Amino acid sequence: MGRKAKFAEEVVQKKGPGRKSRKQKDPEIPKVEGNGVTKRLSSNQKKRMKKRAMKVQEVVDKKNAQAEKRKLLNLKIKEQQASKKMEPKDGALKVLKAPPSKAPKPLQASNGKVKKPVQYHSSSEDESDEETAESDQDSSEEENSKGFTDDNSSWLKPVSKKLPAKILSSKDESDEEEEEEEEDDDDDDDDDDGSDELEEEEGDGEELEEEEEEEDDDDDMGEEEESDGGEEEESEDDSEGNENSSPVLKKGKKESVSVQSLDMDSDDSDEDNDDYGSDSEEAAESKDDESDEDMLPIEKKAKKLKKKQEKDDKLAEEELQLNIASQDVFAFPTEEEIKKPKDLQDVQQRIKDVITVLNDYKRLHQDGRSRSEYTDLLRQDLCTYYSYNDFLMEKLMQVFQLSDLLEFLEASEVQRPLTIRVNSLKARRKDVAQALINRGVNLDPLGKWTKVGLVVYSSQVPIGATPEYLAGHYIIQGASSMLPVMALAPKENERILDMASAPGGKASHIAAAMKNTGVLFANDANKDRTKAVVGNFHRLGVVNSVITCYDGRKIPNVIQGFDRVLLDAPCTGTGVVSKDPSVKTNKDETDIQRCCTLQRELLLAAIDCLNARSSSGGYLVYSTCSVLVEENEWVIDYALKKRAVRLVPTGLDFGTEGFTKFRHLRFHPSLNLTRRFYPHTHNMDGFFVAKLQKLSNTIPKTLSSDGTEGEVSVDNSDEENNDSKKSEKSKKKDKKKKPAQQESQNGKSPNSSPTKNDNKKVKKEKKKNGKNTTSSTIINEQSPSLSPGVDKQKQGVSVTKQKTKLKNKAKKVKSPGNKMSKSQSPGGKKKRNSNSVSSDVSTGKSPNKKLRK
Amino acid sequence: MRKLSEERTKLLFEKLSLYIGGNVKMLIDRPDGLYCFREKKERVYYVSEKILSLAESVSPDNMISLGICFGKFTKSNKFLLHITALTYLAPYAQFKIWVKPSMEQQFLYGHHVLKSGLGRITENTPKYQGVVVLSMADVPLGFGKAAKSTAECKHADPLTIVCFHEADIGEYVRSEETLL
Repeated sequence: MGRKAKFAEEVVQKKGPGRKSRKQKDPEIPKVEGNGVTKRLSSNQKKRMKKRAMKVQEVVDKKNAQAEKRKLLNLKIKEQQASKKMEPKDGALKVLKAPPSKAPKPLQASNGKVKKPVQYHSSSEDESDEETAESDQDSSEEENSKGFTDDNSSWLKPVSKKLPAKILSSKDESDEEEEEEEEDDDDDDDDDDGSDELEEEEGDGEELEEEEEEEDDDDDMGEEEESDGGEEEESEDDSEGNENSSPVLKKGKKESVSVQSLDMDSDDSDEDNDDYGSDSEEAAESKDDESDEDMLPIEKKAKKLKKKQEKDDKLAEEELQLNIASQDVFAFPTEEEIKKPKDLQDVQQRIKDVITVLNDYKRLHQDGRSRSEYTDLLRQDLCTYYSYNDFLMEKLMQVFQLSDLLEFLEASEVQRPLTIRVNSLKARRKDVAQALINRGVNLDPLGKWTKVGLVVYSSQVPIGATPEYLAGHYIIQGASSMLPVMALAPKENERILDMASAPGGKASHIAAAMKNTGVLFANDANKDRTKAVVGNFHRLGVVNSVITCYDGRKIPNVIQGFDRVLLDAPCTGTGVVSKDPSVKTNKDETDIQRCCTLQRELLLAAIDCLNARSSSGGYLVYSTCSVLVEENEWVIDYALKKRAVRLVPTGLDFGTEGFTKFRHLRFHPSLNLTRRFYPHTHNMDGFFVAKLQKLSNTIPKTLSSDGTEGEVSVDNSDEENNDSKKSEKSKKKDKKKKPAQQESQNGKSPNSSPTKNDNKKVKKEKKKNGKNTTSSTIINEQSPSLSPGVDKQKQGVSVTKQKTKLKNKAKKVKSPGNKMSKSQSPGGKKKRNSNSVSSDVSTGKSPNKKLRK
Repeated sequence: MRKLSEERTKLLFEKLSLYIGGNVKMLIDRPDGLYCFREKKERVYYVSEKILSLAESVSPDNMISLGICFGKFTKSNKFLLHITALTYLAPYAQFKIWVKPSMEQQFLYGHHVLKSGLGRITENTPKYQGVVVLSMADVPLGFGKAAKSTAECKHADPLTIVCFHEADIGEYVRSEETLL
């Protein structure tokens, strides 16, 4: 326990604050026991020291005497003043009369130094004593300076920093003193000084020699300090004197001691008062910390800083609340403010405000401000904040609700996660994932909706240059790009067209779904971009492809009869702003107009390429990476009116429904089957997917639906005709009659007027054609070498029969008026078609010759 | 798009047989239909007849590629295999070289295979035999010519070349523009 106690006390020591010094303290105990240092001194040294000590002692004695006198005076004065307070004295006496075991305690120094008691207990003195002596000197200095203020002790109630209990006791309640003295060493110290001083007076002579022998250093210190102040020595000697003074002495002087102790108590209190007074300026702010003296200057500063921070925080909060209060009512900014916003934060705040106003316009709007004014302001602010151009922002505001709009704009600023699609032709997802993880790639499956997608969170290697990538095990492809192919649902052994395929991501996905069977036509209008398609296809091991470079609108003239067609139309790219931010500024009305015109033409061409009578397909998927209605629903609606197609569910179980109404536009109700994907809701690029089925009379269901569709039925017949043409074409292809095909196809285009030249041959055609065969195209594909003539005949018949049926139905269903004109057209078209067929037949051999030439 | 002349067919098959030996037959006689070689702009494409028949309608100017491109005839009338042919070479290859992961990357940058990077080699590989280079995970990386026979490889210095680089899949990235 003693050891422990020592440690605790040493914390207070001024010397060696470091841990090391504390640790090094322990070995001092043997030193103390040995006292080797002093013993080694030579006799001369000892003599000199004695002399020095004598001198010092003399000086000290004188001073002590003076101090005594002073104290006695003080005492008298105090007694006079505090004559009423006899109780404390009695209490003090009682304490002093307490058993001798307690006697040493009151002898301790008044300064309340914690170390002293320990020193007393240790029989000899050492360096630690010196330290304490030093500290004592300091405290004694304080005493000296404040000695004359004893009188105040009676009425001053100090707020003590070190020992509040002690001060209280010293002032008022001696009873408390007793207890404290018993309990606390610190409190005992109060009394010590007085007693020490007395003892020193008497026992100095005896003590001197011993002290001198034992404390060389102390004496030196004393000498130095003599000049500083007379009473410094007292404290030094206190400790020594206490040790040396016998209990008998103390007993004899008990009374005087008691008196003096009282004095000292008052002194102490004075001290404390003074301390408080001196500190009061500094500590006025930091009254709460009682242990101010203990704290290092840094700690004090830290405390001050903390307080300052607290104050600042409070102020800031108040300010905030004030701001909030002021913002509750949004004032419409002046024109200047609108034109010259302070900064982006200002604009952002205004955006929020305006949105809140618009969300509750009735309640929050300013009188005289219309809703349009607010929306205009919002649009301007959004334009400046997100750096869009005014036109595109207006379009987006039309598409999105206000709440969605902000999210969309915000999401468009952020890159979508990098996703890869595993090439199921060459590898399995599990293996690719494992291989990539081994290369330090952090990835996860993309979602439940795809079995080939992986999302890459982080990678130590370039994901586009790993051996696995080069070997064609995967391709980097956005999550949204997988959707149209999934909607298309390609089957094996089909003939599929990707109209705008570069760079071949979706097309290769189709090929993978087809498992390299059938035929995949990958077209792109840009010759440079087809190189990417070539590279990707060869890398991914797609062997069933034909890569062409046509304008998509001309493809129906080249080849038709596809089971499925994917049209990922060129668009403004408003859904992929995060990929290409230039979209924000470089799009305007004409761009969108051009885009949707092109998209309509492409979509019609794609529908024309489709073989409605395909046993497995006749499906078309139209997709764009735009979110604008002009490029999506409107285009589909246009196609619904122009061709015999109907919307079918995309097969994607997520995504938001397409618009059936948009502002003044009213689309076909089935447009809710289309799917929209947004960056903010699905974390993929903004995307639109619509799946269309081409209707044909060979399929009874679709026929009936044709009938109900009204306008469409007109076109439907055309398409049926087209189908028949296609089948014929396929035959022709076998025969390499390209030019003839093109002619016939040109003729077929629904809007073009029928060519009169062919009319004559129509009747012949009809006669030639045998009975109805439903799957002529398939037959053609599978057995191109089989007698084509027979097939043609059969088809022709079927076509004509269907046409007549259709006619009748159309007449029944169609309402008079505008549609009538259209309903009349099919007849002509039929003729035309049959004409074209006949022309093909008739000119059948000539193109071959041309080719061969 | 035309059929190969007899002379060129011979050149092509000689070249192919260097790598896949008698398996050339497998390219012609396939269970899944008729496949044929077609030449267009000196490039040789290997494609199913079905696809070919459909592609007939595409004008030559607009035709970019069909099926798989095996290589091209050089101006000196030799046949040069392209990396794109690896799709068919790898499964039919008779002689193979497996390279260690450390060598993998180097080979993909167009370097020859050194003895130090040689993981495995088919037994009895003759010198200058066309070989397909694979990674240790059996991923085809390219093809080349064996610079040393298997026996020679065993006693070769670590820094000697055991396989000359001819084509590697790194070309898909390095030279996408000139792939065909």
